[in-house]
Amino acid sequence: MSMCDNPSTDDHYHQLDRYIDSLHYKKENLIGILHYAQELFGFLPDKLQLHIAQKLDIPAAKVYGVVSFYSFFTMKPRGKHTANICMGTACYVRGAEKLKEEIEKQMGIKTGQITEDNLFSLDSLRCIGACGLAPVMMVDGKVYGRIHEPEEVRQVLEKYRPQG
Amino acid sequence: MDIQLTINDIALTVPEGMSILDAARTINIDIPTLCYLNLHEMKLNNHIASCRVCLVDVEGRRNLAPSCSTPVQHGMVVKTDTPLAIQARRTMVELLLSDHPKSCLTCAKNLDCDLQALAADLGVRNISYEGEECEFKIDTSSLAIIREPNKCILCRRCETMCDDVQTVGVYSAVGRGFETVIKTAFDLPLHETSCTFCGQCLAVCPTGALMELDQTDKVRKALNDPNRFVIVETAPAVRVALGEGFGLEPGTIVTGKMVAALRRLGFDRVFDTEFGADVTIMEEATELIHRLEHGGRLPMLTSCCPAWVKFFEHQFPDLLDVPSTCKSPHEMLGVLAKSYYAETYGIDPKKITVVSVMPCVAKKYEAARPELGQSKVIPDVDIVITTRELSRMIREAGIHFNHLKEEDFDHPLGESTGAAVVFGTTGGVIEAALRTAYEWLSGQTLEKVEFEALRGMDGIKEAVIPIGDRDFRIAVTHGLGNARSILEKIQAGEAHYDAIEIMACPGGCIGGGGQPYHHGNVDILKARANAIYQEDRSKPLRKSHENPAVLALYKDFIGEPYGEKARQLLHTSFTKRRKI
Repeated sequence: MSMCDNPSTDDHYHQLDRYIDSLHYKKENLIGILHYAQELFGFLPDKLQLHIAQKLDIPAAKVYGVVSFYSFFTMKPRGKHTANICMGTACYVRGAEKLKEEIEKQMGIKTGQITEDNLFSLDSLRCIGACGLAPVMMVDGKVYGRIHEPEEVRQVLEKYRPQG
Repeated sequence: MDIQLTINDIALTVPEGMSILDAARTINIDIPTLCYLNLHEMKLNNHIASCRVCLVDVEGRRNLAPSCSTPVQHGMVVKTDTPLAIQARRTMVELLLSDHPKSCLTCAKNLDCDLQALAADLGVRNISYEGEECEFKIDTSSLAIIREPNKCILCRRCETMCDDVQTVGVYSAVGRGFETVIKTAFDLPLHETSCTFCGQCLAVCPTGALMELDQTDKVRKALNDPNRFVIVETAPAVRVALGEGFGLEPGTIVTGKMVAALRRLGFDRVFDTEFGADVTIMEEATELIHRLEHGGRLPMLTSCCPAWVKFFEHQFPDLLDVPSTCKSPHEMLGVLAKSYYAETYGIDPKKITVVSVMPCVAKKYEAARPELGQSKVIPDVDIVITTRELSRMIREAGIHFNHLKEEDFDHPLGESTGAAVVFGTTGGVIEAALRTAYEWLSGQTLEKVEFEALRGMDGIKEAVIPIGDRDFRIAVTHGLGNARSILEKIQAGEAHYDAIEIMACPGGCIGGGGQPYHHGNVDILKARANAIYQEDRSKPLRKSHENPAVLALYKDFIGEPYGEKARQLLHTSFTKRRKI
């Protein structure tokens, strides 16, 4: 029985199954498998979690519990690019809240959401160890520090918008 | 190795590995806890140390120790009642209460709640902490269990019960920090999960977060409708537990008082599910012999327990031909009340309401299964209430239960044998079946009707019973985890039995999810089981096929056991369900 909507998702499920089959310890590797699956699919929708649960013969509730616990895992599709605002202590005292509001304003979404054109997902995280550059934002793993002005935010986001 | 220590200046010696909390209990010192629950016989051990109310003073230790998860050590000096420990405990309870609805007066668990009792014991008079309170939605999707996560204190007993004892795994802690909540997979309504509605989660819930669906209103409505003919039937396990709701010792048999109370509540007829149990044996023993003689599927599994039925439908959908097709005893009684009895006494079956009083919450769900009825408007059983709900109805009506004079069930669906009584505890259904199958197969009288090897709280019991020239291989399990391990052996071709009895709840129906709360005291279940066997011994007839009212039913109405009319009225079918 295929749980898939289109050939490429179908391929992803096969690839995931091959990966799980290759593991000596399966149930014990749930977190690693979820990492792999999220890398492959971009996010972890319910039916993918259910597929993993059935493949590992563990309750779906347990998979859901683990996915919900770690902020790294996401159950919603992500934008093409992931922007993160650091809300750690150092960034916070140097204006991360204001920075967050500005980014939300320019993207037209709230933290945790995805832009209408699917270009950006916006999330917050706690301290990436770049406190000297506070306040910090990150796009696809690249760090942008000392961002204070709306214009600076605009310039960062512009780099990821399709040109022309 | 034994460990010597002192608790509150009392010297004691306990086995290595024991927790301080369990060690204290051996010298009658109770350290309160809301999460810890170690029921060895059920293979339940919830020791996640989340509630933090069992804190004690340990000499030489920097901070207070959670006694449930701190093992005893040699020379340990423990104080459970220092001002520091008691104050810390009170603080923990206040913190729990700060994020708990203050609606005790209107809570269904009022006066039976561990959190409430602890707050009272500790003399909590105000809650010093004010702050945000969780607002999770209530799950009323199922026909058996209500989930109210706002009342949950995250003790995880339900999750441990569902995972480790029942191996169903419906619940998980989801999210983290303040937002943590016990949920089903993907927050599905309970009704859409593999939940068997066994109700063991609510049997160990310390608060009102998990409760049975209260259907007493529906019963009252039927009783007050002059156009309804309201029949009640009571399961064997109810009569050995109902008394606990009125302060009687666990194991007190209150059959006669229960019947009297039901009449006072206004039921038109008081029948006995045990009549249905005797009929079940007539059908099940015949079905077993039929399978033996016609090369049918073996082993035959019992099908009296609705939680077990739902379990195998979800977990072993390829084994649907293994269980007996017999309906459960209360469904049999229901359908007979609305056919045989209705016909005999000229009552329109559409006007009959059958109310079952059960030790079980899964029976609520079972009664609503669409295939269990003569038609959509004539379900076999209309309403199911638990032992607890009946106890509330009796109190509400102001009936002095303990002073009632004993009365007898109504004829004919109130006649029963000792074989039917033992249905109420693990091993009983197969024992009852053997009492009949033995005599039918061997043509000899069974002198010793007790099958000791099938009794007791062991998770899996086995026996080889010689009948005629054949050895019968029998197994008995209770608790769905034990059932799973036996079914997996059958699937793998490693186990060969002729018949297996399975009950979902540890101890069988006497430990059902609808019984008075045991609050972790398994001795209560043993007392109820003993009472079941005592009631069996007191019956003049102890074999189902000797029940004269049952024999009359077959002669006048059904015809042959497992014959055409029997199969139409008394048997059912099962459905493949998905596992989630």
